[in-house]
Parts: sequence; C-alpha cells; structure tokens
Amino acid sequence: MSESIWSEVRLVPRDSDPATDTGYEDHPPRLGFFTDTSVCIGCKACEVACKEWNGVPEDGLNWTGRSHDNSIGLSGDTWRHVAFIEQRVAVGIDDGGPLGDGGVELVTGPGNFRRGEDESFRWLMSSDVCKHCTNAACLDVCPTGSLFRTEFGTVVVQADICNGCGYCVPACPYGVLNRREDDGRVFKCTLCYDRLQVGQEPACAKACPTDSIHFGELSELRELAGERVQELQDAGVASARLYGHDPADGVGGDGAFFLLLDEPEVYGLPPDPVVTTRDLPAMWRRVAVAGLGLLAAGSLSFVGARRGAQG
Amino acid sequence: MKTPRDLLEIWPVARQLGGADRLGRGAAVKSKGSRERVARTRTADRVVKSVCPYCAVGCGQNVFVSDERVVQIEGDPDAPHSRGRLCPKGSATLQLTTGSSREEHVLYRRPYATEWERLDLDTAMQMIADRVVETRAEGFEWESEEARVRRCMSIAALGGATLDNEENYLIKKLLTGLGVIQVENQARVCHSSTVVGLGTSFGRGASSTLPGDLQNADLIVLQGSNMAEAHPVAFQWVVEAKRRGATIVHIDPHYSRTSALADLFVPIRAGSDIAFLGGVINHVIQNDLDFREYVVNYTNAPTIIGEAFRDVDAEGLFSGFDPGNGEYNPDSWQYEGAYVEAASGQRDQAGHLEGIPPKSGSAEEEVDRGSASLDLTLQHPRCVWQILKRHFASYTPEVVERVTGCDQRTFAEVCRLFVENSGRERTAAFVHGVGWTQHTIGSQYIRCASILQLLLGNMGRPGGGVMAMRGHASIQGSSDIPTLFDTLPGYIPTPHAHAHQDLDSFVLSNAPDKGFWADMRHYVVSLLKAWWGATATAENDYCFDYLPRLTGSHGTYDTVMAQIGGEVKGYFLFGQNPAVGSANNRMQRLGMSKLDWLVVRDFSLIESATWWKDGPEIESGEMRTEDIATEVFFLPAAAHTEKDGTFTNTQRMVQWHHKAVEPRGDQRSDLWFAYHLGRMIRERLADSDDPRDRPLLDLTWDYPCEGPYADPMAAAVLAEINGYDADGTLLSAYTALKDDGSTACGCWIYCGAYADGVNYTARRTPAGEQNWTCPEWTWAWPANRRILYNRASADPEGRPWSERKKLVWWDEAEQKWTGLDTPDFEATKPPSYRPPEGAKGPAAIAGTDPFIMQADGRGWLFAPAGVADGPLPTHYEPQDSPVRNPMYGRQRNPARQLYIHENNRFHPDPGGPGDEVFPFAVTTYRLTEHFTAGGMSRWTPYLAELQPEFFCEVSPELAGERGLTHGDWATLVSARGAIEARVMVTDRMTPLRHGEQVVHTIGMPYHWGPNGYARGDSMNELSSMALDPSSHIQEVKALTVDIRPGRRPRGPARVALVQEYRRRAGITAETGTERRGAAETGVPS
Repeated sequence: MSESIWSEVRLVPRDSDPATDTGYEDHPPRLGFFTDTSVCIGCKACEVACKEWNGVPEDGLNWTGRSHDNSIGLSGDTWRHVAFIEQRVAVGIDDGGPLGDGGVELVTGPGNFRRGEDESFRWLMSSDVCKHCTNAACLDVCPTGSLFRTEFGTVVVQADICNGCGYCVPACPYGVLNRREDDGRVFKCTLCYDRLQVGQEPACAKACPTDSIHFGELSELRELAGERVQELQDAGVASARLYGHDPADGVGGDGAFFLLLDEPEVYGLPPDPVVTTRDLPAMWRRVAVAGLGLLAAGSLSFVGARRGAQG
Repeated sequence: MKTPRDLLEIWPVARQLGGADRLGRGAAVKSKGSRERVARTRTADRVVKSVCPYCAVGCGQNVFVSDERVVQIEGDPDAPHSRGRLCPKGSATLQLTTGSSREEHVLYRRPYATEWERLDLDTAMQMIADRVVETRAEGFEWESEEARVRRCMSIAALGGATLDNEENYLIKKLLTGLGVIQVENQARVCHSSTVVGLGTSFGRGASSTLPGDLQNADLIVLQGSNMAEAHPVAFQWVVEAKRRGATIVHIDPHYSRTSALADLFVPIRAGSDIAFLGGVINHVIQNDLDFREYVVNYTNAPTIIGEAFRDVDAEGLFSGFDPGNGEYNPDSWQYEGAYVEAASGQRDQAGHLEGIPPKSGSAEEEVDRGSASLDLTLQHPRCVWQILKRHFASYTPEVVERVTGCDQRTFAEVCRLFVENSGRERTAAFVHGVGWTQHTIGSQYIRCASILQLLLGNMGRPGGGVMAMRGHASIQGSSDIPTLFDTLPGYIPTPHAHAHQDLDSFVLSNAPDKGFWADMRHYVVSLLKAWWGATATAENDYCFDYLPRLTGSHGTYDTVMAQIGGEVKGYFLFGQNPAVGSANNRMQRLGMSKLDWLVVRDFSLIESATWWKDGPEIESGEMRTEDIATEVFFLPAAAHTEKDGTFTNTQRMVQWHHKAVEPRGDQRSDLWFAYHLGRMIRERLADSDDPRDRPLLDLTWDYPCEGPYADPMAAAVLAEINGYDADGTLLSAYTALKDDGSTACGCWIYCGAYADGVNYTARRTPAGEQNWTCPEWTWAWPANRRILYNRASADPEGRPWSERKKLVWWDEAEQKWTGLDTPDFEATKPPSYRPPEGAKGPAAIAGTDPFIMQADGRGWLFAPAGVADGPLPTHYEPQDSPVRNPMYGRQRNPARQLYIHENNRFHPDPGGPGDEVFPFAVTTYRLTEHFTAGGMSRWTPYLAELQPEFFCEVSPELAGERGLTHGDWATLVSARGAIEARVMVTDRMTPLRHGEQVVHTIGMPYHWGPNGYARGDSMNELSSMALDPSSHIQEVKALTVDIRPGRRPRGPARVALVQEYRRRAGITAETGTERRGAAETGVPS
C-alpha cells in the first residue's frame, strides 16, 4: 500500500477543500449556505421551494402542536425544515438592551415581549438543512457510490445508484439522512446540484423572503457571517453566535452553517458534532496490526507445528 | 454508437482507476442521472413574465414553459418590489396551477339532485344565459319608493379580487348593462374601510406608499397587520429598515411571526386601537409635539367648523344623530362658510346637499360652496385644531391603559418613538392590514392613523405614510375598477335614486368646487362613452339614465339578507368562497339555499359550491339535499398563467402577466366567461324593444378574440380602460379627458397605463437600473406616481424638508417640480401660486396644497363629510365585547349597521345579565402557509401539509382556567355557531388587565372549512354580520365566545348546543342592538 493512498484516506484533515481532496482539478469555489436565523420569519418558503424544484413528495397531514412546526425535522421528504422555538427568557438576557432613552425596562430585539414580572418571551425560527460537511461520514460509509462529493464541494445522494442500504443514516452526526418510507432509498438536500451546474442559486435561497438563507462561496459567506454576528452583538443581541462555520470543528466545518441566537441544542442541533467515521483510519490501522499479528502468530504456530511434527 | 472507450467511461471503476478520484467519492461515481440531469430552468423553451396570484404584494414571477407545459415558477429577480423572492404560497404556484386539485370539467347539480353530473361547457353557458335573461325579467324594477332606479334586484355577484382588472371591468360593465347593482367582491370584506378612511383623509382611498419605501423609515409601526405572515415578501423591507437602524414596533392582540422580528411587541386588546392611537394623538397635541409648519400649511387644522357642530357628548354622540334610524346627518360637521364634498366614503346619499340651495335655484347653475375660513394661529375655538385637542383630551394614558390593557410605561415609550422619529429629519410609517379594517368602526381606525400621520408630518414623505397591506393579487384593482355596488370605475360614486337626477345634478352634488374631483364630469362622461359608445350623446345625457340606481346599502351582506328574503334568485361567485370567508357562514349558506341558481367559478370544489350536499346544515338535518331547489353550475377557472391581463397590487402598481399556456378541459378565464355570457345574453335579447334592454344592447361589446377558445384580447380591454379620443388614439393622461363626449375612458385613474399605444403595465426595467421608487417597473395609478401626496415632502416653498428625506422638490431654474418620483402635483405650478378669486377645479389648488384630490387641498384631520359615524374617530367597543366602554355611555358604535335575524344574534352587554356566557375575546388572522378562505391553499398539498389543521391559540393562564390541554380539542361557541379546534397553548397569547377585569383573548386563523385536503371547522361560523356603516365591512377581528375542552357535538346536537348557550345568555332579537328604531326593519327573520 503506497503512502499516497494513506494520505487520501485521512478522514480528519486540515482546513481542506473537499473538492480538491476528492480529486477535482480546476473546480469551482466551494459553495454553501449561511442561514441567518435572526431574520427568519418562519414562512417555510424554503421548504416549499425545495419541494417544488426537486419534486419532493408531500408527506402527510400531521398537526404536531409544536408551535408552527408540522414538518417535524429533516427527512427524505423534507430537505429544508424550519424549527420554531417558543421561549421564556429572563429579562435582560438575550435581548437587545434598553429601548431608547426613557425605556429602561423595555427592551429591543428578540426578547421583545414582557411576559410576567421577570420574564420576556421570544420566538426563534431557524431553517435547517443538510450541512454538506467538509468531512462527510455519509460519504465515507456509502458502499455503492450513491453519495458523492461534487465539484462544488457539496454532498449529493444519487437516487439512481442508492440501493437503500441505509448505512449513511446512522453515520450522519446531524440526523439529516433518512429513507423515504414508501421507497426505501435515502434522499436529502443536493444544494440544488442541477441549478449550481447552470449557475443558478438553490431554490430555497432564491425564494427566502428576508434573505435569511444566503447562498454563495463558502469563504465569502464566512466573512459575511462574521460581520453579521458583530453587527448583532453591537446592537445588544449578545446571544448571537455562529454554528458550523469553524473548519476546526468535529466535521471540519459545514458547507451549510448558521447564525443562532441560542445554544444549538435549543434548535435541535448537536452541540459538538463529530464525523462518525473519525476513528475509522485508526481502527483500520489497529485492525491491520491485529491482523498482521494474527497472521504472524498463525505462521509461527505452523513453524512450531512443523517442528513438532519433525520432533 | 458507443465506442469501447465510452463503455469504459460508463463503468465507475474504470473512471476511478483512470482519474484523480481514486477512492470513488467524487467524479468517478457520478451517476448517469446526475450527469444527464439539466436544470429545467435552463432547458425551458421560454420564460414568461408573470405576477404571483396570491396576496397583493404582487411578486414578479418567471414562468418556465417546456413543450407547452409549465415546468417551473419562481421569483423574477428583476422585480424591484419582490427581488426574485417568493413566500411559501408563491413558491407553491407550480403545484397550484399544474397540480391535480384543479377541476377540469363543468359540473352541474340539478334542482333537488343529490349528486353532481357532467355538462358540456357550451350547454352550461347557454343555460346560464337563459337563467340570467329569465331571472332578470322577473326581478327588474323601474321604480323604488317613487324614484326611478332602472335595475335588476334578482341577480347578484360576488368575487373579483383574484381576477384581472380586465375581467372585473367586463363583469362590472355587463352587470351594469343588465341593471344588476348587487355586485361585490373581497374588497368589501377586506379593506373597504381603508378606502373610506384614507380617501376622506387624503383624497385617495389607496395606500399612500409602497412597501419598498419602508426601508427609508426611522420607525415602522405595524398595527392591525400581521405582515410577516400575510405579506412575507413585502416584509423584507421591514427587515431592511431594521438593518438600517429603524425601530420596529408591533402593536397587536396576538403575538405572531411579525412580532418575533419586531424590536418591541405591544399587546393590546382586540378592538381597542382607536383608544391607543387617540392616546398618542392626545400626547402629541397636549405637548405641542406636532410638526407645526406641516400641520398649519398642509392640513385642515386651521379650518373653522360651523357653529352647529357639537363634539361627542357623554353618550358618545356627535351632533346630527338621529336615534330613530341610528344614522347621522353630517351637515352640522361642515366648514364655516363653505360646503365641502368628501373624496370618498358616503357620497351621493339621499337628501345630500339639501343644506345648500343652488345659487339661482336652477340645477344648471353652479353651486357656490364658498371658501373655508382659516385661523392660521390655531386659536379659534372652533378651528379643527382646537376641536381635535378637546376631542382627544380624554384619551389620557390612564384611559389608554384601562381600555387597551397596555401599561402606561410601554404606552409612553411608543409615544416617544413616534415623536422622536417624526419631523424634518426623520419619518415614521404605519403598516396596517385587516386587523384595523374589519371592525364596526373600521373606517375610523384608518382615520385615526391618518390624523396622527398628518400631525407628525409623515404623509407624502419617504419612509412615512400609511401602508395599507391588501390581501389579494388584484384587490386594489377590484376596488379601482370595482366589482362593488357603491362605486363606478375610478371611485366615482354609483348614483342613488333621487327625484330628478340627471348627469348635471349628479355631478353638482358630488364634485367639489376645488381640486381634481371638480373635474368629475370629465371622468363620468368618458366612462359613459366607453360603455355606451356612439349611443351616448350630449342630447341623451350620455346615457346617464342607463346607470341603475341605489336606494341604500346593497353590500354583500345585504345581498345575503335579500337571498334569504327571496328577492335575489341568481348568484355568481367569481373566485370567492363566502361559505368560509364571509362573516356568519350559516347565513351565507341559508342565503344560497334560497337561490334558483348559483354559478361558481373557481379552481376546486370550494365549500360555497357544495354546501347543498355536505354543508353543516345537511349534517344537522336542518336541510335535506333533496329539498333544495338551487341549481348549481360549477365552471372551472383558468389560472393566471393561462391568460393575459393585469393585477393591481397593494402599492397601486398595475402589472401585466402574460399567458404562458392554454388552460385544460373546460377551464376558461373570467374574461372569456364574461364576454361570451354577455354575447349570448345580447343575442337572446337582440330583437327586444323593451326599454329595459337598451343599456344592455347599446353596450360597446365588440372585443377581438384570439386563440383556440376565442378568448377576448385583454389588451383591447385594457386599452378601453385606459381611454381613447374621438380618433381612437389612446390617451396619455386623465387630464386629457373631456366632458363633451370626445373622449372615452373605462377608468379615469388608469388613464396613461396604455399611453400612446404602449402597454406600460408590461414594462419591466430591472430594479438595478433605476432609483428606489422604480418608476419604470410596470405602471402605477395615478399617472405613475409611486408615493402619493409627495408634494408634501417639500416645504411650502418647495424645498425638501431635509436632505435626508427629500423626494420631490421645485426646481426654480426649470420652473417645474422634479425629484425621485413623479410629482403628485401639477408639474409646472409653482409653490408661490395662489388661486385667483373664484377659481374652480385644479386651478383652485394653491402651490402649497399637497392633497390635490381634496375639496380644500388639505389633509383632513377633521372629516366634515364622507364618514358615516362622525368627523373624528371615537372609541366604542366592538359589537361583542367582554369590556364595558369606560369612555362613553354608548357601548358600541351608535351608527353601526346590523342585520337582525334569528341566525345572526348578538351577545349581551358586558356588565348586564348573561354577560358571563361568552366571556372571552377572540381575534382572527392569517397564517403564512394558507390563503384567505383556503381555496388556493387547502387544496395545495405542499401548503396543506405545513398547516394541516384548524387550531385555536390560548394562553397558559386561560388553558388553566378552562382545563384546556395542549394538542387536544376545544369547542368554541358563540350565539351564531359552535366549532371545534385543536388547542395550541402558547405564551404568545397573554391575558390583559383592564382595571379590575382580566381579559383573555383566543386567537384563531380563519382559513379552514370542511372541503379540500386540509380540513377543519370554519372560524366564521362564530362571527356575526355587524358592519361599519361607512364601508359596510363586517367585524371579524374582535368578537367574544366561550371555550370548553373536547370536541363539538355532531348532527342536531351541534345546533342544540348553540341554542342552549343562547338561552343561558338570555339572548333575544333585541340583545346587543340598542338601536330599537332599526330592529327588524324590512328584514325577514
């Protein structure tokens, strides 16, 4: 086994360019989403625009009572999902601070509604999507080549290859991948691969009425996101933070990352996602060592046996 | 033929070994499908420019067509107002228009039949034409109460806000020719009070500004509007403003997705907005915080009111109230020494203008209405400023707190925000929707906001104004080219039946001396020429006598009563679903069950089409299908992608949408329907010598047709709407209209849309190539002005009030008005212009008068005419309210319009016996995911799945009090009906304190009904027919109910439950009416 092959299967690499790592030469810049949840109005245009463009089936009438969320989560039939979080927060926390000169006790910003003596209320909304990880475990475990990395650095499931084995389902640290119930195959966001190829933005980002979903070159989105966090914090929204933007995180950074106003768990996002195949190389190396050891021991036993037979 | 090398390429392993993707994670494993799939937006044969058919934001759409099929619909990035974006509804347009939910064939229900049957389209059309001819003959009347009316009272129509302007135009024209006056549409039930409120205050009853202008605001107050949910794409401008540093305040009984993005959410009780705004007005006046230079020069603050006027007394009554009929005679509200006409609202009423006899006693002579006296020091005790000050003095912060439930500290903060964000350098904007309009005093809600904006100097300026958010694709258009009973195109009042009314006396009694409404005769004659062509001559008064006459209110709720009373026999529904969308659904169905025939034109089998087989009264056993004689025709309608035409959006922008494909099966446009129905009826009556048929037979009804279905050309209809001269040359401006019969114009305010033969409504210069007012994106009425009254953005000398807020200004060198927008002013009239003595019409408007449609050129703080329930807004409680009116003796609007009927009972007075039976307030609203009465969303799976069930929102406090469990069911009961809804317990609802009383509010979306894919009970089973008297809009934004856990009873038990509640509350025909004089008048029960 050559040295170069081993370097290619290193699964937790540097701040890398996944398209290059996958062998694309002269590929376009890495593209992704930056979802700024601070301006999300929970309209679900992203959900519908996605379904219309990609022909994703309607998946049933199920009133959940979970605020205005009736699509529950990402699935084979829901590639964009808007979460709604109704929250009571202590006055003064996660709000924009005093409103104007005379308004010492009135606050501006998300926690804009006094609900009781010491509590404010706020309603968070956030459009979730496949993260298009730099280190995508789904891609690592797919045995058929259905999941693949595109020249844009995105991760796509190919319906004409997928055999429904489902290995990718538990592999995803975000729980994004799921089988379509009546079909068996796995479907998820493609970042509108067909649109990207003709220079068009994904359907969800195009529809988004308030530009909560930004689409573009990942490097530029990261810059934009940094500025937006600063802007919000300057405006007194201390809770504004980024999620999935950091190439040093457990998945090597997400191709789709977020600006949140609370801890990721609040939005149903894992706080510290790790690519589930992170330890695979080490495991395989150990397996190899163990295998070699067994081989050696076995060989030795034959040697001994032969000696014994001679003796 | 594939080479061996090609075959090798197909084999992924070969690609993997041969290429750089040696692990088979990228290019090597790209499948055939992935390689061959090309975006259908790229491969489409053509892209057709269109407009979203849902709400009135009117987002630009690109319709992609391949092989004569629509394959994709998405936002048009060039559109300056929507910037390529679409909300979930707009994003579902492909499914709406191409999905399987749309009916493709005519369905027919024979009288007494239990099922639909198929019917050939032509047969159906012939049958409908026969029915119209027959029913009209039976219901035609020449006289009513000894006055000539020349009308047909046996036929009515409802719907038009989802149609094209051209379609509404033909429907109105045909029905007027037939003598049918009961023509109504969604504009009645949605924003008719906006038209009255804004029209009387400023001169035009439409939004003064555009959503895109909100980005210029320093403060945006959203009140009575759930903008983020009802108008998501327009809300981008609020987000933009916030980003630029503006403060966003949402004042509402219900915390919605709009509230979530606001800086400050202020909960108030439903129905208390006038008290809140009156408090702000009081704060501004008492502390001299108004924009004085603006107020003195641009409003009627200095105008002296006649001595006869009396402000509200302790009872809450202005001078002129007649307790006998519950109506006002507004003559005592007039200016001293002058008589002004309103630009909107109550006009051409019986007995109107009796106060001022013509100068020489002859109707041909002009009336001299005199000139108003002004006191520019604002000190005269009878000047408007002083009257206003006294009127609102009782709206103190304490009273505001008691009435609205808003604590004084928060209220003070809102006052401060208003004041600090108004003036020369800063502007504040109001955004309102039907949260303000749908009240028994809805017109005065809009008046109240108008007064505040005038006091603060925010009208006609960037980032200011009153942004009326309208709700259907062309509901502004169906107000402008009205399928409404009380107006003719361009807000010309429909004539009432007076003793000897000819054209001259009509104009005399409605056109003011001053301003552009003084030219009303030009507009009317041109309209009559457009409708009756060569037949209309000076000798026959241009066929003015052909117009059918009104004898009172003939709104959609009057029509329902007339159906129940057996007077209306035939009914057309054009894309409107009153069995869900109108107040008191039961009354709607009862009315329809009394019809001889009903024509429903829609996409799907809405509740208004199927009540005879599956309505709640069938389930309860109160009606039997076999007993219902109504003949029902269901005709599937074409979608916007299947026809040419224009929608007018919420900012008065008239946008052409091009036909992309032909409709399927029997689906036809309403233009096709109206034109061919008219043709068939005219053929049937062609040989008639009955004078009643002359208006019909003399109509200009000759439109070129095209295509496989002989569709009339929408462009030809738009050209007629635009107007033409004697040579047939298309006119460029309404100032070119004449009253000598040499011009014809179907809607004078649309004159210029097709100027010189260019269809400006189809103009689409991209947003990036013009300034933010985007004057070259389609066309806006009037005269392509984007911000109305923009003369007021400059000071009296014509200079911008500030550099930061400049919009239009006087260019001294060029001697003309110039700027970023088309000046809403005569282009070369200098600020120094003063009208000469005795000047009339536009010449009487001074160079400093920005409100050119007003009879005095000024914004009306005080409305001396036009509003039926008083010259100033006054707080009364809603018809059904849990709170006693703490301000006046009168609990409710004393002039409100009620219908007394055993199925339209009202709730007891608070504080009186039985008041505990319906203890909770209700407010209603839209959800982002659905559209109005559901016809375009409940049948659309991608939308239905997002909000699959009807629910009610309650606070944890109320849930605790009534034992309601989140996710379970609740039954809601009013004196009108009982419904069930899933319970949503949420902190977004909050109890409010009013003195010692705590009021709980229940929130309910109103989109559901029993048909379609997503089904549920309809909220409007609970609401009542109680109306605003100026606009005839119903009160559905504030009512009361009881709520209890569990599902509602089925069958007859449901009715019994309502009866039990009524008994318990002691409800009679008198309950909640207090207007004894009007009870049961002419209304069968």
